[in-house]
Amino acid sequence: MLAHAIFFYIFSLIAIISAIMVTVSKNTVHSVFFLILDFISISCLFIMIGAEFLGMIMLIVYVGAVAVLFLFVVMMLNVAQQKNQWFSASESSKHIPVGLIVSAIIFFELIIVIGGWKYKPDLVSAMSLTLDRDISNTHAIGYVLYTDYIHIFQLSGMILLVAMIGAIVLTFRQRSGVKKQSYFSQISRERSDGVEMINVESNKGVKSDD
Amino acid sequence: MLRVIKGLNLMIDIGLGHYLTLGAIIFTIGIVGIFLNRKNIIVILMSIELILLAVNINLVAFSIFLNDISGQIFTLFILTVAAAEAAIGLAIIVVYYRNSSTIRVEDINSLKG
Repeated sequence: MLAHAIFFYIFSLIAIISAIMVTVSKNTVHSVFFLILDFISISCLFIMIGAEFLGMIMLIVYVGAVAVLFLFVVMMLNVAQQKNQWFSASESSKHIPVGLIVSAIIFFELIIVIGGWKYKPDLVSAMSLTLDRDISNTHAIGYVLYTDYIHIFQLSGMILLVAMIGAIVLTFRQRSGVKKQSYFSQISRERSDGVEMINVESNKGVKSDD
Repeated sequence: MLRVIKGLNLMIDIGLGHYLTLGAIIFTIGIVGIFLNRKNIIVILMSIELILLAVNINLVAFSIFLNDISGQIFTLFILTVAAAEAAIGLAIIVVYYRNSSTIRVEDINSLKG
């Protein structure tokens, strides 16, 4: 119990500090790295409380794909060296108090909801999807994901497909002036387009008409 | 003395409330990042990722402590949507940067009228 508490506080402290550093760090590349640290510590928390599959998926999807995508775009757009101007420019610092007030209100609302709420242990006893302690977490998710949630699962696949097509269509650029192989004209070329048979009389030669 | 021991017990005994508080803190940090950022849009996208992460923490904590697997299933779907959103958002940013060569939040005001 004590080890659980110690690890919880370590990982949540790392998560909170790196989340703050994501928003305040001057260099965007550092922000991306702190985002990666945040994802890693949160996935450690997930693994710690027994959601191993989600922790690992989180590592693969977020750290392996999303964060690398962010890093790639940051490097590609050459914005890493833009200076952070929150606190220096007086004209743009008018929104800071408003943002802080709104965020504080939201935070206290969330804390009030958590603090004043006591969950009943028999709240979900009527549901059929209880956790079975005999099978692993991945087994449990697999049993439910491909039976009860199959339609939502396929819809999420459609979402990914649409996102992929959308990203390709958005960033695809037809450049002019680039010589490319034209497969269609290459394949549809006939013999009569390329070769011409001419009967040549002797001592006259051939005059090409170009 | 009894009060101190009770408070210490509450600190060591990690329950649902601890995870929900962590989720609330990260959610708020994400909102602060959206409000305060004037540098570039990529940090705002990262703040949105933080908000989705906080939602994931809440769902997984409820799923474990209420003994119901469907919270983890929904976390999986949120993960999917977050990945799609990041891909589309970054594609839009790349196209915008190609057209106007800036992604500073203050300079993006062509829809302002």
